[in-house]
Formats: sequence, C-alpha cells, structure tokens
Amino acid sequence: MVRLPYTTALTTLFSYGLLFAFGQLRDFFRKFVDWFKAKNIKGYAPICLGLEDFYVRRLYLRIQDCFGRPIASAPDSWFDVVERTSNDNNKTLQCTSNTTRCLNLGSYNYLGFAAADEYCTPRVIESLKKYSASTCSVRVDGGTTKLHAELEELAARFVGKPAAILFGMGYVTNSAIIPCLIGKGGLIISDSLNHNSIVNGARGSGATVRVFQHNSPAHLEEVLREQIAGGQPRTHRPWKKIIVIVEGIYSMEGELCKLPEIIAVCKKYKAYTYLDEAHSIGAVGQSGRGVCELLGVDPADVDIMMGTFTKSFGSCGGYIAASKEIIQHLKQSCPAHLYATSMSPPAVQQVISAIKVILGEDGSNRGAQKLARIRENSNFFRSELKKMGFEVLGDNDSPVMPIMLYNPAKIPAFSRECLRQKVAVVTVAFPATPLLLARARICISASHTREDLMKALDVISRVGDLVGIKYFPAEPPKIAEADHDKLE
Amino acid sequence: MDMALPVVNATAAVLARVSAAFNAPLARAVVFGVHIDGHLVVEGLLIAVIVFQLSRKSYKPPKKPLTEKEIDELCDEWEPEPLCPPIKEGARIDTPMLESAAGPHTIVDGKEVVNFASANYLGLIGNEKIIDSCIGSLEKYGVGSCGPRGFYGTIDVHLDCESKIAKFLGTPDSILYSYGISTIFSVIPAFCKKGDIIVADEGVHWAVQNGLHLSRSTVVYFKHNDMASLASTLEKLTRGNKRAEKIRRYIVVESIYQNSGQIAPLDEIVKLKEKYRFRVILEESHSFGVLGKSGRGLAEHYGVPIEKIDIITAGMGNALATDGGFCTGSVRVVDHQRLSSSGYVFSASLPPYLASAAVSAVNYLEENPSVLANLRSNIALLHKELSDTPGLEITSHVLSPIVFLKLKKSTGSPTTDLDLLETIADKVLKEDSVFIVTSKKSNLDRCKLPIGIRLFVSAGHTESDISRLSSSLKRVSASVLSDY
Repeated sequence: MVRLPYTTALTTLFSYGLLFAFGQLRDFFRKFVDWFKAKNIKGYAPICLGLEDFYVRRLYLRIQDCFGRPIASAPDSWFDVVERTSNDNNKTLQCTSNTTRCLNLGSYNYLGFAAADEYCTPRVIESLKKYSASTCSVRVDGGTTKLHAELEELAARFVGKPAAILFGMGYVTNSAIIPCLIGKGGLIISDSLNHNSIVNGARGSGATVRVFQHNSPAHLEEVLREQIAGGQPRTHRPWKKIIVIVEGIYSMEGELCKLPEIIAVCKKYKAYTYLDEAHSIGAVGQSGRGVCELLGVDPADVDIMMGTFTKSFGSCGGYIAASKEIIQHLKQSCPAHLYATSMSPPAVQQVISAIKVILGEDGSNRGAQKLARIRENSNFFRSELKKMGFEVLGDNDSPVMPIMLYNPAKIPAFSRECLRQKVAVVTVAFPATPLLLARARICISASHTREDLMKALDVISRVGDLVGIKYFPAEPPKIAEADHDKLE
Repeated sequence: MDMALPVVNATAAVLARVSAAFNAPLARAVVFGVHIDGHLVVEGLLIAVIVFQLSRKSYKPPKKPLTEKEIDELCDEWEPEPLCPPIKEGARIDTPMLESAAGPHTIVDGKEVVNFASANYLGLIGNEKIIDSCIGSLEKYGVGSCGPRGFYGTIDVHLDCESKIAKFLGTPDSILYSYGISTIFSVIPAFCKKGDIIVADEGVHWAVQNGLHLSRSTVVYFKHNDMASLASTLEKLTRGNKRAEKIRRYIVVESIYQNSGQIAPLDEIVKLKEKYRFRVILEESHSFGVLGKSGRGLAEHYGVPIEKIDIITAGMGNALATDGGFCTGSVRVVDHQRLSSSGYVFSASLPPYLASAAVSAVNYLEENPSVLANLRSNIALLHKELSDTPGLEITSHVLSPIVFLKLKKSTGSPTTDLDLLETIADKVLKEDSVFIVTSKKSNLDRCKLPIGIRLFVSAGHTESDISRLSSSLKRVSASVLSDY
C-alpha cells in the first residue's frame, strides 16, 4: 500500500481545493452568461444536472490533451503519436496531420505481439481470406468455426484446466459470466480494487456483494467467518454459495495477488475462487502461464480462471477455463455465448499463433526469449527507478509499474514534458485511482531493447527532477570504486 | 404484652402526627373552588411515581455476540451448492462447425450447405474490397489495439470510422465500441441513473435488459410493439407528476426486434415522445444498412428527421459484416459517453482491421445501393413461398430481413416446442443441406415472446437458394408436425 507523507497530502489537498474553488467560481459566472441563452430544450431534463459532471467540466477538460492521444501506427515499442491543437482552451481538440515518433511506455504489449509478427501475421491473413472478417452470427447458430474449437482446446491446455470457452471481448466475459454462476441468495466477496467489469458482473447477478481489503487474506478470513455465521441479510438463511473474486495482477498497483494464502482460506471455508488474469496471463511465470505458475499454485485449486487475449497476445477477446461441467453449463446458459457475435476469425488465429510461439510449438525459441526479456526488462527498469528516488509500486516480476505523482498539477506537467522529449507515458487520476493518489503507469514490453529502456530512464529522471516527484532519496552513484581504482 | 402497648402507643402517636400534617392548613387549602383533601396529595405522589418510571430506559437483555467456537461450528456445518447445476439428460451440446466463410453458401461439418443462419444481410462476407482493406490494416497495425481508448488505444482508423458513420447517417458525431452487445448495455447506464424513468418494450433482447438492470432506474414495460399500450403507459407516468422537470425520461425500443422480427413504428413513437417529453434510445442493430432507401436505417424508412431521435445505437456484426458497435446522436450525447460509458472507458478498443472493414462496408453501401433492392426482393420471395407452410406461420414484418416462423399451434410447454423446432432444423440440414437455426434462449433472459425458427435472408442468396429452402421446409414440417 502507498504511504502518503503528510506534507504531500496537504499540498495535494490544497491543490484540489483551489481547483474546486475556481471551478465553482466559473460555474457561478457561467450561470449569468447562460441566462440569456436557452441551452436545454424546454421540458427535457438535462443529461447531467448540476454537480454531476463538475469534475469533467472543470478539472478533466483542463488536462484533456494528456488522455486519448491518437496514434497513426501499430502500438509497438516505438509509434507515431498524432499531434493535436486546440483553439478554445482545451475544450475541443483537433487532430493535425503531423506525427511524432515516440517511445511507447503505455500500451499493453507485454510480449511484443502488437505489430505485424513474422509467424502470426501470414497465418492471420490466410484465415482472413478463408473465413472473412466476421461470421455475422452467434456462437450457437452459425458462428462456430474450426478455429474457435481449436483455440478453446489450446487455451485450456495452456492454462492447465480441462476445458475453456471463448468470448469476443474481455469486458463482456466478466459481466456475462458472473450472473450465470451465482444469483440471488449467493454471496460475492471481491477485492476492493477489482476492475469495473467484475463490479458490473457482480451487480448484474443479483447476489449480495461484500468487499475485503485489498490483498489481505486475514481480512478475507474475517469477512468469510462473519458472513457464513450470519447468513443472508435479514432472513439469516444460510448462503447458497460464496464466490471470492481476485485478480492476478492489479493494473493500477502493479501488485501480484497473494494467491496461495487466499486459496488456502477459501478451501478452509468451502468458498469458490474466481481468478481474473487479464494482465498476468502470458506475461509472468516461467513459461508464461500466469500467476499460478509464478506463485506455485496448482490450477486445479482455482475453480474458475478467466483471462483476456488483449494484453499479452496482441488480439482481442477473453476466455474462461474451468472443469468440463462448468463449461458445459456456461455454453448452454451464458447470454454472451447465446446472443453475441462470435469472435472474429482472424483474431482467433492470432491468439492460436501467439500461444504456439510462447509454447515453442512453432519450431523456434522466440517464445522463451520473449518471456526472459520481459522479466529482465521489468526487473531492471523497476530497480533503476527505485534507485533514482521515485516512488514505484508493485512487486518484482510484474511488468506494470506505477510511479506516484500525487499532485494534480504534476499529472499534465509530467505527461506533456515526457511527450516533448519523445516518450509517451500514461497518467491516471481520479476516478480510476483514489483522489489523492494520481500516478503515471509504465507498461514494459518484451520488444523494448536495452537502449530504449536507458533512454526512457534518462528522460524520466530529467522530467522527474523538473516536476519534483523524487520523493525518496536517490542512491548515491558508485564513486567509491572509481576512487579505489585511482588509488591503485 | 407489656411490649405491645408502648409500640401501639408509639404507632398511634406517629399516625396522629401524620394525620395532623395531612389535615394541616396546606391540605385544607381551597384551589379554584376545589377542596383539597388528603387523598389528592396521595394521588399527586402516585402520578409523580408513574412519571418517574416511564422516564426510565426500558430494560433490554444484552446481545451476546457469537463466540469463536460457535462461528467455527457454523462454518464447518455450512455446505455450499455446487457451482453449476448438473447437466440435464439429452441436452444438446454440439453446435454445427463451419469450415469456410459464413457466406450464402458454406461448408458445415464437411458438407456444402445453403446458409440461412448468418445475419449477412448485404452479402459482404467474402467481398474482395473489404478483405483487401483488412489486409492493409493488418500489415500496418497488427491485430489488436493493445489499450483502451484513453491510453493510446485510439488509432486513426477509429477516428475515420466514427466520422464516416456520422456523415453517412447525417449526425454530428459518433462513438465506436469494441463489441456489438456491449454497446447497448454500456449506453443505457451512462445516461439513465437511479431515479430516472425508462419505458421499454417487453420484447427487447437480453443486452438491452441487462443495460436496464444495470442502470438502476425505474423500468416500466409496455406490450410488445403496441402503440396504444405505450401511449397509456406514458400517460399514466406523467399524469400529476410535478417533479417531471428534474427526472430524465427515456423510451427504449429496437428498430427490428430480434425476438420476433417486428418493426417499431417510429413515426408514432416520435409523436408520443414529443407530446410527453421523453428521450428515445433506438437500438438499430438489425436495421442499419437494411431499411430505408439508401440503408440509413429506420429514420430514413419512416421519413423522420434524424435529429428527432436522441440516441441511436447499433452493432456492426450484421449488415456491415464486421464486429463492434457504434452510438450516435448530438455532440452532447456522444461527448458524455467518452468519459462515463463503462464499455468504452474500461475496455480495449476495437481492433483496427475491423474498423477499416466497417469503413469499406459503408463505402460499398453508398456506391451500390442496388444491393438493398436484391435483399428486399429476396425477403418478398421468401414470404410468398413460405406463406403456406403446414404448421408454421410467419410472424415477422414483411420488410424485416429476419423471417420469424413460429408454430401455429403450440404444444403448451416451451421445451417440447423447442424440441420440435430443433428436429425440423436438423432434418432440413441433414436431408436437404440447408442450414437454419431456431431462436435460443438463456435462462437469464426475461423476454416472454414465443420461440421459433429464425431465417436470416441475405442479398447474396439467389432465387434457387430460396426455393430450395422453402420446398425443404414445407416438406419437413409437414412430416414432423403432422401429429400436431
């Protein structure tokens, strides 16, 4: 967890207070100006009333150019960012036709499959010519092709479970599966920092939802004991079933989840576990099989494993891997399987080829090289940043590293200055993170070379000095050895 | 005996003194013409005692929390249900597997069949120009976009696609989503919050129902495609409601209903909307690229100006033969979604090759409007030929590309109905190599419309394909439904 020093907290609160005050002042004057202009159609309530979109109008629009930057090439390790201009003080942005070649530290490209790949792309183009871009049909009607069946088998084998089912979008996987597994009378216990898709799925299921402190097996045990003993609210009937939902790598913290302890707690209290490996499948583990491999957990102990193909495999879509009975049940009742267009066949082929490369079944050792490189890159980058004095979150081996910024003014300062020096970073603020804990998030890729990383470190260090985010003392450079050499 | 006498004397003395005190001048006072005697003082004392007792806190037995040992016992005793219910006997598990593109003719399980199961309305699957533009995109951008729209996932083809669709429909702007069904269930919660009122058709499909559920607004359903029911619902909701100024009100309808093939009468809906001041959310997945003189959708078909419809959403997995979805409307509507629609903000963006396929598909539609005439003649021919099918009747609209056949006489239970229809579909596939499908329902779907056989007509079907289908269907349904 983040330790926020008092002075930083006070200055950050003061900055937000100032922005809030100015926003209110401008709103007040805007009321006078709009008295004469009829903004809303008579009789219809406005889409956003009063303070509902205050944050967007008065805070977010000022730094709008740091988000949503369009690119004009593949999201590989170097890409072209399109320049944008604004004539009305950032309220609207227009794209120009100029692009800048920047180093990409923001895309989820963990294994480097984002651009055209020598093994995957020819096969993808072949499948495009054979099956066309879409099947225009749902999976149960005319949308299952041989590729879909092949990928489901391959994904199950890769993850280590008996069977798997495929979906065309990762977000829909979570929101449509959770209602099929649990309904009214059940209990979902989810980590406090879980992704929005899990929250939506839990809400859509109708079950009661309780939250446990982020990554804390002790608090999870407390919550489980209290809930099982207390039963359903008001009636005190026993719960029908309990599902505990955790993620492999938390994308805003870069932390790995404490999986062995959580599984032990769940087994003791007979709760089912659901592991969302959106960021960790393919990116961590000796052979890329995710947090289970990294932390030494047997996949048979986790009841349901979910993952997406967007991050490490350079495609789109998601999967669920579980026992044969659960997958059978899902194939018959899951709305996303019965009503949604099946995954586009070229995207399926991309995942099949990517998994084959990772497993080494394409006849080369590029997969093993990529996995070794991303591990090396992540650990090197993290240790260098820490040495420079930045506050970096996350565990070793995780390719996601957030650098704390805290102050709202530092968000656009860091982002724009880095872009000027040709490094593209991602900055995240409220509401994706708590109000006081704004951060810049770096995603390392296997396609970053050592020179790329050195350049990135150099730029970040200079910008960090300029903006003032080196909250910890930097390690002094190694002068002792040089002196030692001189003496000799 | 001698001890009793002093005690008696003492008691008598005390009593005498007490009665003297009672008969003191205070006790014999006259207040407001009422003689106060001794008994009034006693009554006064009683009232004081009663008031004192009432003012004390009532006694509650103390709550004893469960001890650790009791909690352990409860946890040991508790048995959860299994995660999934056991599979029913004889449930259908296998789906037909395609071995080539899902065009009008395809290969299913090794056999060449005529395909009426893909919503490929304009016949764009296998179109050379679209495949070429996809190949160009794949070589330039790779397959995935590796990030959400806010974090370097916005590629220039997405912006091109958005402006192309907006220009095609005549609206100021549009926004792209990365998956067809996630469009509507992200749009509805972005606009409708707790406390708002939504009036929806009862035949909307699961994705719309999910969006309505996630929005936490008050939802009122009206009878499927019945304008009188809609009018009376609107009247009931707005009559006498003074707080209507602050509440946002929406009508949610689909242009062509997936569950029945009916078309919503947009001109009447717009009249009602203007009278009662509701906003309209129109789900156009199956009518975009199909209805209207040039394929611009339901508004063009009815001649309603596009500005009158507040929010239009559509999935692109049907007529445009690609994937993803879009939403369009005024500038305010589209900008609002860029920050508050969860399926847009928290999800990776559409793969760039699908966006360029969408652009090529819209270009094709603009350049070849004759493909719509082909589609319409195919639908008309199918309606004519299937009008006398034994045991089945057509319940969809004459212009709808989804031709919906349901049993003339239902057996009474949905499972037996489904079995009959599936038998018909299987026989048609096995004996005549025509691929048709029934409508499948999830147990989470609360739509009560009857199930049936859904035929998806494409502009790429030839007349012989349609005759083959109709003769086969007539023959098989005659044999299967002869007992009913």
